[in-house]
Formats: sequence, structure tokens, C-alpha cells
Amino acid sequence: MAGINGSMAHLSDTFFTTAIAVYAVAAVSYTAEYSFGRKGRIAATADVPARELVGAGGPAVAATAAPSVPAGPSKRTFADRAGHAGVALTVLGLVLHAISIAIRGAAVDAVPWSNMYEFASVAGLIGVVAFLAVMWKAPTIRHLGGFILLPVVLLMFLAGTVLYSRAQPLVPALQSYWLAIHVTLVSIGEGALMTSAVLTVLYLIKQRHDRLAKAENYRPGALGNLAARLPAAATLDKSAYRIVAFAFPLYTVAVICGAIWAEAAWGRYWGWDPKETWAFIVWVIYACYLHARATAGWKGRAAAWVNLLGFGAITFNFLVVNIVVSGLHSYAGLN
Amino acid sequence: MRRLWRYPLRGWRRLTSMRTALVLLFLLAVAAVPGSLLPQRPLNPQRTQQYINSHGSWGEVLNALGMFDVFGSVWFSAIYLLLFVSLVGCLIPRIRVHARAVARKPLPAPRNLDRLPESGSFETSSTPDDYATAARQTLGRRWRVERRTEPSGAVTLSAEKGYSRETGNLIFHVALLVSLVLIAVGRLYSYEGSKIVVQGKGFCNTVNSYDNWKPGRFAAEGKVTPAPFCIDKVSKFVATYTNEDEPTQFRADLTYRPTLESPPEHASLTVNHPLRIGGDRVYLVGHGFAPRVTITMPDGSVVHDTQPFVPTDATTLLSEGVFKEQGKQGAKQDVGIRGLFAPTAAFNGTVVTSVSPVARRPVLAMFVYKGDLNYNGLPQSVFRLDTSKMSKVGAANLRVGQTKKLPGGLSVRFDGWVPWVSIQVSHDPAQGFLLWTAGAMVLGLFGSLGVRRRRVWLRLTPSSATDGPSPTVVSVGGLARSDSGNFTNEFAALLERLRAAGIPAQEQLVPAGRE
Repeated sequence: MAGINGSMAHLSDTFFTTAIAVYAVAAVSYTAEYSFGRKGRIAATADVPARELVGAGGPAVAATAAPSVPAGPSKRTFADRAGHAGVALTVLGLVLHAISIAIRGAAVDAVPWSNMYEFASVAGLIGVVAFLAVMWKAPTIRHLGGFILLPVVLLMFLAGTVLYSRAQPLVPALQSYWLAIHVTLVSIGEGALMTSAVLTVLYLIKQRHDRLAKAENYRPGALGNLAARLPAAATLDKSAYRIVAFAFPLYTVAVICGAIWAEAAWGRYWGWDPKETWAFIVWVIYACYLHARATAGWKGRAAAWVNLLGFGAITFNFLVVNIVVSGLHSYAGLN
Repeated sequence: MRRLWRYPLRGWRRLTSMRTALVLLFLLAVAAVPGSLLPQRPLNPQRTQQYINSHGSWGEVLNALGMFDVFGSVWFSAIYLLLFVSLVGCLIPRIRVHARAVARKPLPAPRNLDRLPESGSFETSSTPDDYATAARQTLGRRWRVERRTEPSGAVTLSAEKGYSRETGNLIFHVALLVSLVLIAVGRLYSYEGSKIVVQGKGFCNTVNSYDNWKPGRFAAEGKVTPAPFCIDKVSKFVATYTNEDEPTQFRADLTYRPTLESPPEHASLTVNHPLRIGGDRVYLVGHGFAPRVTITMPDGSVVHDTQPFVPTDATTLLSEGVFKEQGKQGAKQDVGIRGLFAPTAAFNGTVVTSVSPVARRPVLAMFVYKGDLNYNGLPQSVFRLDTSKMSKVGAANLRVGQTKKLPGGLSVRFDGWVPWVSIQVSHDPAQGFLLWTAGAMVLGLFGSLGVRRRRVWLRLTPSSATDGPSPTVVSVGGLARSDSGNFTNEFAALLERLRAAGIPAQEQLVPAGRE
């Protein structure tokens, strides 16, 4: 344990702050595209993402998808340019962000996610990567980028101010290769579940819009206008489910790895420490979600609320259990 | 008689329904919440008692409801036992159904394939029999395929894949049940003991040698005897810190004998590396300082004593403890010292605090009492001093080597300190098996949520043979039996591969204008 390289830790902080700023500008760009996009373009994009995500209709996909791609630089509108700038800025921010995390890791000579600041930074990174990956598959969601980047900027701002702790060497309890395995799996699992929760919120908005739109005197408000540009409700629901189907086994493995680590570090594999209890609660709620989707009367909206409840429990486990409740997982670094 | 049976049957059906299972799962999550927000007796008895005392009758009510031992409470057990029964009742029929489905051949093709969620058709110049063979090859080994010939002469292929989805699902749930049984069995046969050992001392793994003994039921009844091993000596404890007093390593070197007859061996305990002796695990769970004093008693005799002090502050290791020295029986000449040990002392007036866990400027702050220690032949805690029959004779803050002289020939000298370690020995014979069932759960889960269950049918209709070597018409229909993946794309790709499997229909025979 050589201790801490202070100047490197400082450099990491600088990259972190710059990344937040770049993300913020990117979010503004996406919002500009969202706000100034022409009606016709919005109408076109509103229809296409649904098809692209389901891939419904076999060969027809290619034909309908084509018009959404800008016809060439000559026809680029301001909104288009804003959207392109948003993507470029997001990638730039991601690079800076990744460098910040890498330098922090080098400075502490360990995996850089051992306290709340570092964990939040990594979780934000995973969120941005997930968004870029989804956009790669379905470019037409680009104008929604502000909705994704805003929470990321908020999370990182919180991380850099309230949750910040300076670079420190690992306390003895964390000196284990399980730190890399357990925490990485948890952050990937919970990052994915966060994406699922965002899709679920969009699903509920879209679903409500679809229900209300049947009425004759329906006049869409702000939410209605957003809903009109969203993919089909069934698509959102299915995507949210698929992400849980991917994240749930991962989260299970993460909890089991945590139990194996606890057996070596704390003398028992399970002890109902508050963090363990909440990991259990989260796991049970997502198990409920998976079962609810297969139970008549629970499909659709009810299951969607269970999904959100699960993410609420994750948030509680991250913020409240770390900061307020005392337990063995006291690595927040906020003392 | 039949009527009598109806109610239990109805109850059983309701209990084993998915809806009930869902409600029970929810209850399980909700019931766990107070266990994380209220102090729990098994984890922290002192804090629990403080909480009850400071909350008056509200604390008593919560206590009566079992809120301070949620995970050992009747209602929590009731929920998971009901869930357990419900799961068994749900699994048994499902295992039967799945076993039958695996043994059965894929179902015959429905009459109208184009009414299925996915369908398509094309023509080929191969004969139905040739094409059926080629299509079987194209589908590959992952599909289970059954070939049938319909009365009309059409050949059908029924193909099904993804049986391991339900297999995985069943494995997961069975492994979950076995895990719960293993956890219960492990708790019955388990034991856990902990002991504070001053550097240089040791102990053997017997019930009486522990400060704190938590037996499982069978160990409490004497049916499980602790393994006969001895930690002969904790020869050295080292705590390493950075310049900023952040701990980087705690290490205890010890000699031990795995059995009483075996030769002594050496080992190092660190935080993430317990010592495993047979089925027992030896952990380093805590450490602290044990100050050493030399006391000249009022009668002139000299006593040397070393007592472990308990940290009251985890970061600065400010610790408190007592020394108790008995004088002549009944002479009321016993000496008691209530002390505070600061590894690196800082003074706030005469009040001592510690600013670092590293012993740079150790100070022993003490109140000295004289009188009757009030033993009454009963065992007393080594960390408590009963001063009800004693009177205070002085106080002092001593650095190492300093002596405090007190009235009546009494004097106390602070000689220095040695480290102590807290060692925990745990035994749970089921945990190794539990790891296997956990692995099975994960495997089952990956199968259950990752494998795609698909059914595809092909109907190969021979031509009516009016215009020469006319093609065979192949119609294909598909059904996704699970949500995962994108069946529309899968089906389109499969249709292309199936189309390529046969000899292409002779294009020149297609009437002009059709393209």
C-alpha cells in the first residue's frame, strides 16, 4: 500500500468537473433539438422508433426507417445540428469522465468505486454508455437525450458536492478482489435497472396518453406532447422487462458474491446488516415484478408500478442506508 | 365426506396460486423493512435496549411485536413458511407437466399456419420428402423435430426448442427451496464464539473459554461439540496506518494446533483472510489496547496487571476499562481503577481525548477507588466496576512510566500497553453445500430468463402435378412461448434459411409479369 498520489487525484477531479460541464451542454443541445424540431420531423420520428425497437413487420422496416435519417448536409436544420452536437458532446464528456475514473483508480491504486462519490461517478458513466448503446440501435431517440443526461448530470453534481470524499487507500475490510467483482456487478445490475425504471416511467406516460386519447375531447398537455413522440407502450413495456430479465440474474450473482465476501470478511455469509436487508428487499421486489408480468390481473400497469417500487428500494439502499442507517457497509466516506 | 374435503382443497388451491405467492412475496419485502430501520437485538443488544428505554411504552409495544428481532419473529417466519409451502405446491404439478412435455413429441401442426403470430411461405423444386430432410438439417440440433404425414399427403414438421427455459425455472425454484432448508439446518448445527485475547495469550475451542457464546439449537443442547483445536498463542498483532491515520492492515500472527495431539503450526489472520481449521473458521474481528499497571496495595504488596480496554471511539481508539485488585478478605482494602486509555492523547483542560489510533503519546487517565469490590462470590464483568461500596481516593493522567502516589501507601504506575485482538470462531456445516445450491439457482435463473422458447411448424404440400415438375409449396408458422428476444426478426431469419435449404423453384416457369 503505497498511499495516495495527491496530484493525480486532483487531476481526476478536474476531469470529473469538466465532464459534468460537457454533459450539461450536451443536455442543452438535445433539448434544443427536442424543442425546435419541426412538427413534420417529430411526426416522422414519433412513428419510427416503435418499429425499430420491435423490428415489427419484417422487410417493411427498412423502408419506413429510411426517411428518419437526415437526407444530407444540405437539408440539415438547426434542430438536426443541435442533435448531432449533443451526440458529439456526449461522447467527449464520456471520454473525459472515463479518464477521470481511470486516473482516480491509478491514484488510489485500487478499483475506483469504494465510496459513494466513486460509485455514483461509475454509475453515471454506465448510464451514459447505456444511452449511447440504445441510440446506436435506435438513432431516432436522440431528441430524448436531455431526459437521460439531466439525471446523470444531477447525480454527478450530487456526487461531486454532497457525496464527495478525497482519494484514500482502501481500509482493510475492502482489501479483497471481491470488491472488484461484487461492486462491479452491483453497479452494472443497478445501472441497468435504472434504465428499466426510466423506460417504465415512459411506458406509464404513454399508456396513460393512449387511454386518454380515446376520449373525444382529449387535449394533450405537456405530458401528452411527450407521449406522442414516444415508442409504442407495448414496446416500452417489453424493453423494460428485457432489461430486468438481464439485470436480475446479474444482481443475484452480485448478492451471492457479497455473501461469499461477507463470509470471509465478517465471519458469516448473511447477517441482516441493513445493506444486506435492503439488497434482499430489492431482490424480492424484482422477483415480484417478474412474477407479476406472468400473472393475470397484474400485467401492464400494476407490474410497471412494482418495477418503479424496486428502483425506489435501490435508491433508498444507496442514499438512505448509506448516509442515515449505520451498518457494516459504512464505506460512504462522508464522515 | 366429499364436502368436508372441499374446504381444505379450496384453501390449498388458493395458497398455491400465483396470486397468493405474489402477495406473500410482497409481504416478505415489507416485513423485512423494520429489520433494517430499527435496532436488532441479535446484531446490537445494547443499542436495542437503549432504544426501548428511550421510547417508553412505544418501545415496549414494538418489543412485544418482535420488531427488535424481525428475522427471528413468528410473523416473519410465518410468511416465509407459507411461501415455502405455496412454492412446493406450485412446483410439484409444474415438474410433472414439464416432465411430460419433455417426453412428448412436438405437437402436430395446426391447420392454418398463416393464423399464427408469424407465418410465411415459399416454393421449392425439391420433393416434399427431400425438402423435409433438408429442412431438418437446416434447423439443426437445437430444435426437436417431429415429422408427420397428413392424410392429404402433405408432410409436416413440428419443431420446438427452448425446453431448458422451464428446466431452468424449475431448477432455480427447487434450488431456492433446498437453500432455505440448508440455511435452517446450518443454523441448528452452528455455533459461534468470540474472545478477547491479549497478545501473548491463547485459548482452546471449548464453550467455557469464550467471552461470548452463541450456539445453534443442537450446540446448545450439547449435541454438537466444538472441534478440539487450540489457538496456543497470539504471538504478535500489528496495525498499519497511513500518515493520515487511515488503517491499511490489521494482522495477527498466531500458533495453533488443529487437534490437541498435532504439532503447533503458524498462521496469520488478516481481515479478509480467516484461518480455516476443518469445519471451523477463525476470524480477526477486532483489536484494541490493554494497558499494564503496577499497583502497590495499601498492605504493601505489589500487583502487576494487564487489562484489555474497549474502544469507545472506532477511529481514535479512545478506550475505557477497569482494573480490580482484591486485598485481604473482608479488610475493605480492595483497589479498583476506572480508566480511559488514549493512544495519542490530547487535553481539553484535564479531560483526555485521543486524536489518533496510533499509540504515539499514550496516556492512561484514571479514577482510583478503595473499599469493597462487592464480589459476593459471584462472577463479575471484567469491564464493569461496582463502586457502591468503594470511595474515590484520587485521579490522575499518567504517561508511560509515571507513578501516582495516593494516600494510605497506595500507588499506581502506568507501565505501558500491549495490543489485544478479538477472535471469533464460527462453525456452520451447511454453508459449503449452500454455495452449490446458490450456483444452481444462478444457472437456473440464466436458463429461465435467457432461453427462448419457440415453436415452428412447416407444411410441405406437393403440387397438383398439372404443369410438369411444379414446385412444392412450403408454408411456415411460428409461435414464441416466451417474452425474451425478438421473435419477428428471428422468424424472418429462419424463413430465409429454410428458403435456402431447398432447390429454388424454377424461375423460368413463373409466368411473366409476376415479378
